[in-house]
This record gives sequence, C-alpha cells and structure tokens, in this order.
Amino acid sequence: MIEFTFWDILRNLVFATRWTLLLSLVAFAGGAAVGLMILFARISKQTWLRRFGSGYIALFQGTPLLMQLFLMFFGLPMLGFRIEPWTAAALGLTFYASAYLAEIWRGGVEALPLGQWDAGASLGLHRLQELRLVILPQAFAITRPPAVGFLVQLIKSTALTSIIGFEELLRTANAINNATFEPFTVYGLVAVIFFVLCYPLTQYARTLERKMPAH
Amino acid sequence: MGYGLDFGWLRDAAGAIAHGATMTLFLIACTTVLGILISILFAAARRSRYGVLRKAVAVYVEVVRNTPFLVQLFFIFFGLPSIGVRLDPIVAAILAMTLNMAAYTTEIVGAGLDAVPKGQSEAAFALGLRRRQVFVKIILPQALKVIFPALVSQVIIMMLESAVVSQIAVRELAHEADLLQARTFRSFETYFVVTLIYLGLSMAIRRLFVASGRRMLGAGVS
Repeated sequence: MIEFTFWDILRNLVFATRWTLLLSLVAFAGGAAVGLMILFARISKQTWLRRFGSGYIALFQGTPLLMQLFLMFFGLPMLGFRIEPWTAAALGLTFYASAYLAEIWRGGVEALPLGQWDAGASLGLHRLQELRLVILPQAFAITRPPAVGFLVQLIKSTALTSIIGFEELLRTANAINNATFEPFTVYGLVAVIFFVLCYPLTQYARTLERKMPAH
Repeated sequence: MGYGLDFGWLRDAAGAIAHGATMTLFLIACTTVLGILISILFAAARRSRYGVLRKAVAVYVEVVRNTPFLVQLFFIFFGLPSIGVRLDPIVAAILAMTLNMAAYTTEIVGAGLDAVPKGQSEAAFALGLRRRQVFVKIILPQALKVIFPALVSQVIIMMLESAVVSQIAVRELAHEADLLQARTFRSFETYFVVTLIYLGLSMAIRRLFVASGRRMLGAGVS
C-alpha cells in the first residue's frame, strides 16, 4: 500500500486544480460568446426572438445544473458526438454560463437611458453599430461587478462536473480519499483551495461595486 | 444506427418520481424554515455589540460563499465522522443545505434590517415597546417585505442545488432519476423528464411564495 503524506495529498490536489481553472475559463469564455447571442435575441425588436431569449434564460435558471450536465452527457451521444466527460462538462457549463451572463447584461442594457439609443440613431448608426459602439460598452461597464460575481459561482459549479466523471479538483479528491481514508483532511483542503481561488474574486467584485458611481 | 426516444417506462416510474419530488420538497421546506431563522439570528449577531460574534458570522459567511456546496456536503457527510460526528444522509443534507442557504440569506436579511428607517424603532420605543417587541413586531415585518423577492429567489436556487445531495444517497428527485435510468437504460429521457419536473417545481414554489407573501405581508409583494 502506498503511504500518502499530507504534502502528497496537497500536491496532488493543487495539481488537479489546473483542470478546474481551465474548465472555468473555457466555460466563461464560451458562455460570454453564446451569452452575447442570447442577449441579442433577448433585446431584439422581433417578439419571437425576445420570447426565445427569455425562455432560454428561464430554462437554464430554473433547472438544476446537475440535470443539465447529465442531459449533455447522455444527449450528445444521441446526436452522434463522442461521449467524453470533458466535452459534456465544457458544453454544459458554457450553456449554463451563457444564460446567466445574458441576463446580467440585459440588466445593464435596460439600465441605460433610452436617450443613448436615440443619440446613436441620430448619428446615423444602424442597430448593430449602436449596440457595438454605444450600448454594449456602457452595459458591460456597469455590469462588471455581477459578472465577476458570476465567475465565482461558475468556478464553484465546476465541482459538479466531477459527478459526470471529469477529472477536476473534487474528483481527484474523491480518488485520494478512497486511497487514504482521510476525508476530513482531503475535503478540508479542497474547500481551502476553492476558497483561495474564489475569495480574491469576491473581494474584487466588492471593490468594483464600491467604485461604481451611485445612480 | 437510429436511436428512438422512448417514454414507455414513464408509467411504471411515476410513483418513484413522485416520491423523489416529495423528498426534494421536504428538504427545501426544512431548509427554508431553519435557514431563515438562522439568518435572522446571524444578521442580528452581525450587528451586535460583541466584536467576536460579528467576526465569527463574517468568517462563516465568507467561507460558505466561496466554496462549492458539493464540497461542503462531502465535508459534512464524509469528513465529520472522523471527528466523531456521524450523521444520517438526510440530516447531513438538511444541515449542509441550511448552512449554505443561511450564508446567503444572512446578507439579504441584514440588508433588509438596514433598510428600515431608524425612526420606526424610535417611534416604537417611544410607545413603550420592549426591545424584542420592537424587533419582532416593527422591524422584522418591514424588513421581510423589502427582501421577500430576494429570499424567494434564494430558496429556489437552493432547491435546484439540492439535486447534488443525490450524491450522498438521499432519495430525492435526482437520486430517483439515477436509479430509474440505471434500470430502464433510458438515461436521456429520464433526466429530461426529471429536469422538466424541477422546472415545474421552481415555478410552483415561486407562485406559492408570492401568493402567501401577499397574504401575510400585504400588497406590493412580488
């Protein structure tokens, strides 16, 4: 039997953390890209597009992430994709993130005075230009605190992908725990690592919020 | 190779699904009651005269909010027995859910308490009410009215997150889904149906809370 010292456990966990980080980054970037499209649908002039956007957001915010991940994991193979925990995890978290980011940004867009749209139109910009040059930069700026806050939520959510078999921090911890029978130490360390990742971001979100001009 | 969707298993599974949904509702009901009571206490502690108490609550809130619920659950269920605290899965689930939700609702309740104008408690004291009466009868109802929508959202988020307690074999909705799909080999259909049930539950809970909130706290609750 192999003996694990405290440092062996810690080293293995820290090593596994890179997958947690990578997954968080991929899901945040992917979620931002898809979320932008959902945002466009949500604030479109077409009624059916707006309905689709709000339905999409309600669906992802009204169901458990664990179920979304299972549907990805078992649904993708039916569409002919190869089943792999990494793909299911990345896609599942991307769609999940897109719904939340779209909703956060929609709040930003709707918080802007309508005069911003009018001003853009009076300069002869068409709708896409208005969005790109006038509306979105301001909407992104005022929604930065909740977006950073959501990144924290996303990092924490990556722990769920251990259940569908993606080898991130928590799944590695489960394996180590099965070998060492030291759940108190192992899960305690996992909590500490997540805390070290998330706390600075939480503080950053708070600082951003404090710096926000009051409306 | 074609793959056809098949929902034929659903008729025999209705009982198991209903049982799981009942357990999910039971868990979230316990969590809501306990979580809100604790967060009222903690929000008060956060504003108390004792520095130690204020610090302790602040640390608890930060630790819970910056670690995943699943890790908290595993720590409570697998980790605590090694220091002699052995819990039944259902008790561990309710404990983990309550501690998790209270960390979020403590902040919400606190914001609500701060939102009640000081004149309200001054007026109540002037009428001769005692400290506890002022808090329970004057401050708390007004605070609850302000924070009601945020509380309801937090309850629904917790209900959705409770799906992960299936991992410690609590027989709630997600766990029934795991068992069903292992029996029927209809994984996608099973999780699809159960996902829709979760969606229905979250909409029903919101409706129920808004309706009862209007009755108890008066109009203007949304």
